[in-house]
Order: sequence, then C-alpha cells, then structure tokens
Amino acid sequence: MTLARSGPRRRWAYQLDVKGSPYFYIAPFFLLFGAVGMFPLLYTAYVSLTNWNLLEPTRHWVGLANYAELLTDDYFWNALFNTVSIWLLSTVPQLLAALFIAHMLNRSLRARTFFRMGVLLPNVTSIVAVTIIFAQLFGRDFGMVNWALDLVGLDPVDWQAGTLSSHIAISLIVIWRWTGYNALIYLAAMQTIPEHLYEAATLDGAGQFTQFRKITIPMLRPTIIFTAVVSTIGGFQIIAEPLLFQAGTGNPTGGSDRQFQTVGLYLYEQGFSLYKFGYASAIAWTLCLIIVVMALVNYSITRRIRRS
Amino acid sequence: MSAAKLRLLVGVLAVGVLTAGCGGSSGSSGDGRVTLTLNLFGNMGFKDLYAKYEAAHPNIKIVERTSAYNDHHRNLAAHLATGSGAADVEGIDTGFIAQFRAQPERFVDLRKHGADGLKDRWLPWKWQASVAKNGAQIGYGTDVGGLAMCYRRDLFEKAGLPTERDEVSKLWPDWASYFEAGRKYTANKPEGASFFDGGAQIFNAMIGQAETGYYDSSDHVVVATNPVVRSAYDEVLKAVADGESAKLVGSSPAWNTGFAKSQFATIACPAWMLAKIQDQAKAFAGKWDIAAIPGGGGNWGGSYLTVPAQSKHAKEAVDLITWLTAPEQQIEVFKAHGILPSTVATYEKPEVKNLKNAFFNDAPVGQVFTTAALNLKPQYQGPRAGDIQTAIRDAINRVEEGKQDGPQAWEQMLKDVERIEQ
Repeated sequence: MTLARSGPRRRWAYQLDVKGSPYFYIAPFFLLFGAVGMFPLLYTAYVSLTNWNLLEPTRHWVGLANYAELLTDDYFWNALFNTVSIWLLSTVPQLLAALFIAHMLNRSLRARTFFRMGVLLPNVTSIVAVTIIFAQLFGRDFGMVNWALDLVGLDPVDWQAGTLSSHIAISLIVIWRWTGYNALIYLAAMQTIPEHLYEAATLDGAGQFTQFRKITIPMLRPTIIFTAVVSTIGGFQIIAEPLLFQAGTGNPTGGSDRQFQTVGLYLYEQGFSLYKFGYASAIAWTLCLIIVVMALVNYSITRRIRRS
Repeated sequence: MSAAKLRLLVGVLAVGVLTAGCGGSSGSSGDGRVTLTLNLFGNMGFKDLYAKYEAAHPNIKIVERTSAYNDHHRNLAAHLATGSGAADVEGIDTGFIAQFRAQPERFVDLRKHGADGLKDRWLPWKWQASVAKNGAQIGYGTDVGGLAMCYRRDLFEKAGLPTERDEVSKLWPDWASYFEAGRKYTANKPEGASFFDGGAQIFNAMIGQAETGYYDSSDHVVVATNPVVRSAYDEVLKAVADGESAKLVGSSPAWNTGFAKSQFATIACPAWMLAKIQDQAKAFAGKWDIAAIPGGGGNWGGSYLTVPAQSKHAKEAVDLITWLTAPEQQIEVFKAHGILPSTVATYEKPEVKNLKNAFFNDAPVGQVFTTAALNLKPQYQGPRAGDIQTAIRDAINRVEEGKQDGPQAWEQMLKDVERIEQ
C-alpha cells in the first residue's frame, strides 16, 4: 500500500487529484464562456435597461421602458412575423427532406461515401457567396427562376418585393444549405439502429414505409428533437440571409416595406445603424426569451413522436 | 444556420474585434519612429504618397488600413464612443460627416493647428460641412463628387433624341425638361431600356441641389414641411408613372446587371461613378457620354480626413492630413485615380481642367466636374441625413414595386423619419 505509507499529505494530494482534476480540465470552457458568453449576456441585460445611444455621451437608467416600447412597436411584431414565417417555411421542409435523404443514403448504393460527402457540400460554402448567388437567381429582370417560370408560361415574380415570395426565396437559401447537414446527423443516428429490428419486421411482413414509420422514426426521436431544437435556434437568429438578399444597398431594413426584415435584422438596424444600443439590447433579450420558449415548445412536441 | 456555427462565428468576430481594438492603439516603434495609423474605406488614392512623406519625415512611419464603407463608419462610431481603438487618422465620407461633426469633443480641433490659415484652399461649402456647431474644424476635405448626367448615345439615337453632349445638355436645363425629354424618349424607347435607372437615385440628385434638404440649420428635420422635398418626390413619382424608370435600387446586384443589359439610358453620375460605369458596362465603351446635370451644380459623395482626440500623436497626425489634402497631393491623386480634388486652386491647373475620358466618348470630365463643383449651392447636412435618405428611397421603391401609391408611401415614410429623429 504505497498510498498508506506516504502519509496524509500525499493522500490529500491524491484526493485533490481525483476530485479536483476533472473540474480543472473542464475549467477552460467555463472560464472562456464566462468571459465571452456570460459577461456580454449580463452586460446586454444591463444596457437594455438604459437609453444608451452611441452618438450621445450620456446614458440613463430607464428601467423596463425599452421593453414596454418594444411591445407596441409595429416593426418589431412585423419582424417577428417574418422570422416565424421564414422559420416555418425553411425548417419543416428541411427536416422532412433530410429524413428522406438520410433514409436513401442508409441503403446500400454505389459510391455511398461520395453521396454522403456530397450532401454536406452546400453547408461548407460561404454563406455570403450563397446568398448573393441566390439573390441573383431570384432577380426580377434577369433571374434564372423567372426565366424558368417564363419557359413554362408563368408570369415573372418580383421576388424581393413580395412578402411571401421573399420569404420563400430566403427559406430556399436556408434549406439548400442545411438539409444535407441534418441528413448526415440523421444518417449517423440511423446506423445505430440494430439491423435485427428491420429483419424481424421484414419477417413479420412489414413494408418499407411501415418500417420507416414504426422503427426508424421512433428510434431517431432524440436526434429529431436535437435537430428541431437546433434548427429553431438557428431559424430565430437568421440575419445574414435577409441582410444579403438585398446586397450592396447596405441597409438593414429588409426590403422597401420591411417585408423580409427578421428580428435579428431589426436588432442590427437599431443597434448598428441607428446606434440605439439600449433598445437593441432589449430586442436581443426578448429574442433570447422567445428562442427559449420556442425550443421548449419544440421539445414537448417532438417528444410525442413515439406516441403518435 | 446551426447555433454552433453561429456561436463560432460570433467567437471569431469577437476575437477579431479584440485584436482590432488592441491594434488600434498606435505607438512609437522600436527604432524611435512614430507610427501613424490611417483607417480609410475603399480606395482613397493615398498609397503612393506615403513613401514620399516618410522620406521627407524620417521619424514617421505610416500604416494604412481599409475596410468597407458602412463597416468603417460604424466601427469609427463605436471606437469614438468607447474612447479607444480609433486610428490616428480616420477618413469620413460626406454621408457621415454631419453625424460625427455633432461630437466635436471627440476630434482634434484643427483650428488649434493653424486651420484658419488654410481655409481658402477648399471650396467654401466643403470647408463648412466639417465645421462643428461650436466652431471647431474637425476635418480637411479630400475629394468631392461633383455631379453630371451620364447618358447612352446609341439609345438616345434610337429614340430620336440628340446625341451630342452640348445639345443633350441644352435639352434639360432643369428637371422639368429632363422628365419631358424622358417622356419623348419613352415614347420611342428601344426595347428594355428605360430612361433612368431608378426613382430614388434621381430624387437624390434633385435634393442634392436644393438650398435646404432634410434639415434646417438648427438640426431640425424638415422633411415634412420643406416644399422642395415633396415637389421632388411628386415629380419623380410622376416620371415613374410615365414609365421612365427602370425601377432599380442603386448599388444592388440588379442595378449592376442593369449597366451590362442596357436597362437605362441616363444616370446621375458623380466623378467616382465613372469608374463604376466603366467596370459594369465594358461592352459599351464610346457609347456612353457625359452631359450637364439638370439644374446646374450638385454633389454626391466626397470625403474628409480627421484626427480623433484619442490619438497619441495628434500633432504628427495633423501634419500628415494637412499634407495629404494639400492641392499638390490632390492633383497627384486626381492624375492617378480620377478622384476629383476639393481644393479650388487645382481647378485651374491644365492637368485637371483638360482631362478627357475615352470611354465616355472623350468627354471633358475635368471641366464637367469642376464646373459642377463650383456651381454647387451648399446645403446644410444634418446628423441623420443618410438614414432619412434611405427611408425616402424605400418609399419610392414601394411605389415602384406597385405596393403603395405616392401619398401612402409618403405617410409611412414620415413615420419612419420620426423614428430616426428620436
């Protein structure tokens, strides 16, 4: 017993090593999070209670006035509507398509690795480049989408000008970038499903679709919850796509009638274009609360998947 | 976008901001030389001049950093507000000078460094635009935009309008006759080529000539009560209703495409716009030409060099901007880059006055733009003029997109302006 002979000090050091080391190893994350995550979060909360405008040297404590103003701000509700609309239009088809693609990739097909790598490609391209290219595709006069519509005899659409049309165009950018990413996550989860479940189901005479519905989906439940929550967080924070959808014009109003201004973009406009930091901080915290609520709602809905 | 990705992005940005903040403080380098940093946007044409200045001042080392237009000015606002991170010399564009002029305590007052003796170098309005309420001069002017009307000779010919630049200039002594020419053009216009690029851009050129724009001289917003604003708005929308507009938003990708696809026959063009047209409409060299702007003068763009009060080498920095903006250096910049000087004495120099541009059918650009700059009626610029301009642009776009009629868009715009004002 080396430990017993080494005396209380060595034992104490050993105890410290066993109990303390794990905390020491994970400390960098929490220290870093404290410095660049927690502190800005709390400081933003403080700023949201002031009327700090970057152009004026003074700032005053105004309590909850910024939040009260936000509740009656038409442009905020408009931005929230746009955000929810774009989120729904992008997340629902995206996750369904990802499930389908993952299911296809999970089969034995030729050059499987090639296709599996391929679905991730859109995700690693630069978001700026992608958005600018999509903005060109959806151009009013010389966009390829309108050209294609013309080929099949439909009228051209002024994609940027309309509310629904601009939401669809922006959603397609999101879908294009993130479907493959989610598909790979689903694929990874699918491969952990024991093969004998499918074999047994086949013996029982269950078809492909029944197997997908009764085995794959329930087994994927934790993964689906994960992707739904992550997509919700991402969807509510969307800012780059709508900002760049009117590239070059350099202003964050999201179209002439704010038809595609999201909450993230509205925050950016208030904070970094009008320099109203207090109000922008209030928007940031409200957005944070909305995301938490939406993530919880999402969680409780997707949790029911097995039961349905 | 996934949360992880976003967080990573934010992290990278935060590190970038931190390093930028640290790098912003300038100091003496190891060899005892003073390092002066310049934060600029775009290409202001000074790069070739630094070596010359360093040779004449062995104790000075110059470092230039550039970033995009909006990013640059937003960073500057943040650095001034937080009291650190600004460079020794900061460039400021006309669109932002009023906003920064409102905080003179954050800049070195150039009057304390002999500015009054240099005053006569500049166009009077250029000088005045960077004078703060308390009389402090916060910056020295670099270039000015001037204003002219660029037009396509070939499209004018097809539509039965005159093509020689003097006749074209005579065609539109004022805006009413410009729109009248537009109606004639539109009646016979070549397929797909409207008369002008977009209502908002024409509106900007018109307002740029007014004595009073969006502000009165005591910084009150007068958009709602200034009859000039409303009448320009109505005139432009009338022309839009007459089918004269290509309905393109300035600087957007669709607008860039519009040059290459011949979507419009005229465009209000300041001096710096010429390079843009040459880049976007390469196939139409010699078909573009330059006429006078309706109504005479007008300005769009142009910049200033300032020294933030937080600079540790304010005196050296002031010496540098005094030299960079002196007439001799402005001529160098004009010769190399075509960026129009703001110092009056240079306009008499043959190398400025006699400059021609082959792409624009050998138009006498030196003469056109110096005339425009000299004829300009100075207009008082208030702090949020740029944001107000955007609100009006959006209103005109709403009408062009067919979403609202003129009065509806006007009402909504007034509400937007009220919010900007608070």
